[in-house]
Parts: sequence; structure tokens; C-alpha cells
Amino acid sequence: MSNLQAPRAGAKEPSGLRYPTNGKTIYHRPLNRAKAAELSGASFAYLFSEMVSYASKKIESIQDLEKRLNVQGHPIGLKLLDLLLYREPARSQTRPLNIITLLHFIKNNVWQHLFGQAADGLEKSSDPSKPDEYMIIDNEPLVNRYISVPRDMSQLNCAAYVAGIIEGVCDGSAFPARVTAHSVGKQEEGEMWPGRTVFLVKFAPEVMERENFLGKG
Amino acid sequence: MSASKAARVGEEIWKGRVDKVNAELVVLTYGTIVAQLCKDFDSDYVQVNKQLDKMGYNIGLRLIEDYLAKSNTMRRCSNFRETADMLAKVGFKIFLNITPTVTNWTSDNKQFSLVFEENPLADFVELPDDGRAQDELWYSNIFCGVLRGALEMVQMQVEAHFISDVLRGNDTTEMRVSLIRYIDDELPPEDD
Repeated sequence: MSNLQAPRAGAKEPSGLRYPTNGKTIYHRPLNRAKAAELSGASFAYLFSEMVSYASKKIESIQDLEKRLNVQGHPIGLKLLDLLLYREPARSQTRPLNIITLLHFIKNNVWQHLFGQAADGLEKSSDPSKPDEYMIIDNEPLVNRYISVPRDMSQLNCAAYVAGIIEGVCDGSAFPARVTAHSVGKQEEGEMWPGRTVFLVKFAPEVMERENFLGKG
Repeated sequence: MSASKAARVGEEIWKGRVDKVNAELVVLTYGTIVAQLCKDFDSDYVQVNKQLDKMGYNIGLRLIEDYLAKSNTMRRCSNFRETADMLAKVGFKIFLNITPTVTNWTSDNKQFSLVFEENPLADFVELPDDGRAQDELWYSNIFCGVLRGALEMVQMQVEAHFISDVLRGNDTTEMRVSLIRYIDDELPPEDD
């Protein structure tokens, strides 16, 4: 490949980046500037659809595609965690310290910020053999609003992107988890929420172990 | 339509007829797309620019219909100057809530610049400090493709590229747009 990194002559310099002289850099912008700004839903839909169709090239399975969407959401979650906590009032600026606070933070703060409303539900798995599984429910995920899934890919749920964001928030808070998106809406006529999606959050064993230990103390 | 009327129309549509989402959702989504491309193309920024342009082109092909429906302009622009105003004051306004400045026309009225005071896509962005990105990557290159695709659908072949970007350390973000030709549907191929 021709793009091998050439040895940089100025490698000792702290930063090789150039900045505009008029101060239009990210360091000069208040971090809250775009907090309440709006863009058209269409521009999101166009970008997201390009992202999905780009991700659907050269894939071997639906899981593969969902994995790629998940991976693209992950870094957003990591950054959003810091950004949203920074914007909280000082007294509630602490990071979530247990599973329930973390999940509430996701259901309320993260959802409210990204989608303009809190998620529709938060449940613990009713299966006693799976105490590490929680579910965040969205009746009508905004990201799927203009996505129609072809019949032969019916298991696909593009909200895997949002699952990636959630996973990023969990990982960033030191509660490593795997998060997947599942369509649970019935496809019958008259169904109220055909696009209902469950985000299944499965925490890593060490998280459960710590939680149990702390709970006893 | 005069430039000031176009600005008014754009403002009205943005206020009343556009379904909106949080800006940061869009900004972060675009960011992750570009970051992924940089990874997939192994930081070959020339390829990344191309892919962004291609994605924009796909968007433009479909976006024009949305634009026409929302702006409710049934009439063709009478010249390329009017097209430029509509693009900046209605098009950019209703999708991104910005109005880049139309300027630097050539004397034949076929080339102009869009200068972006604001660029929502570039919020939170700093290019990689690898000694190349600031010389090679046009972060917002998707815009070029969008213009090309959208205008092609209304019979205008244009070429668009960035010539400066604050992310590269320039003082302005400026895109150059040139009209290549009006596409004539009826004309049979090379018939003389």
C-alpha cells in the first residue's frame, strides 16, 4: 500500500494540526451550543439510510450487518455518556454506580436527548436463570421510521445502531454489556406498535458479580 | 424568485413544514459514517472523499423530490443565479437550517461559491493529526454529491468541490459549484 505512514519529520512537535486564525475551532465553541439545536428529520433519514446501505455491502449474514451498525453506534455512546453528564446540574453529575441508575440514565437522559422522548419501558428479564438481562423498550424507534426491511431479511432490525449506542454508554460507565435490538411488534393489521423494538442488555459476568457484592454490603 | 423572497420561503418552510430531530443525532451519525470510512479505506482520504461524494449523490437523487414537495415551487428557475439562491436559501435551510452565502460568481454566471458560516456537520469535529488528513480529507464532501445528484434530477449537470474548510485550518469553508450544462432530455445522442 502506498499510504504507509511516512516517518514524520516533525514527530516531536505536540500537534501538527493547523487552526483557522479566526478562532473557529472546537475548543472555542461552547459545548452546549448545539444542545437544543434542531435539524430536519429528513437529513437524518437520508444519512442513516446511506449508512445502512453502505454497511450492507460485503456482508455474509444479517448478524454481520447488525454487528456493523452496532460498531458504528458504539463510539457515539462512549462520547454521549460524558457529554450528557457534563450537561447535568452539578449535583447529579455523578456517573451511574449501579445497574438500575445506569439503565434509567439510558432510558431517560440518552433517549430524551437523541429522540426527544424517554424510552417506553424498562424491564428486568422475568426468566430467573437470566438475572443479567434487562430490556429497554421503544414502541417506535425513530431510526426505523423510514426503513422498510425486505421480506428476505425479516430478522433485521436497523435499530442495532441504537443498540451500539447503548452498548457504548454501558462500556463507558464500566458496566460492559452486549446489547442487541429485536423486533417484537406483531405484523397483524390493526397492531398498535408494529415496529416495537426491545433492546436486550446483557451485562458481563463481572458486572453481576460486583453488583451482588456491593448489594450485600 | 428573488433572493430575499427565497430566504423568506425557506424560513417559513423550516418553521412550519419540517419534521425535526435533535441536531446532535444527525451530527454524530455523520461523524460515525466518516470515521468508519476512514477505517475501512485505511485512511486513504482520497477514497473517503469519493465515497462521501457517492453517498451524497444517492441522497441528492431522492432529496430533490422532498425539496420540490416542501418548497412547492412548480416553476423552473429562470437562470443559474436563481438556482444558486434557491439552493442556498431554501434547500440548505430546510434540510440543515443554514443558509450559506452565494458569492464569487464568474462573469459568465456559470460558477459560484457557497461560503458556509455555519456547518452543522462539522460540530465536535477535529481531523486526525496524522499529517495528511488536513491536506487530503474534505470532511463535508457529502454536500458536493448531494448538489450533483439533486441538480441532475432537474436537468442540470454540475460539478462541485470544496476549496477550503475551517477543519483544515482555513479561515472559511467554501465550496465551488460549476454548471457544466443543462441536460436536454429530448436530444437524440450525437445526431448531426
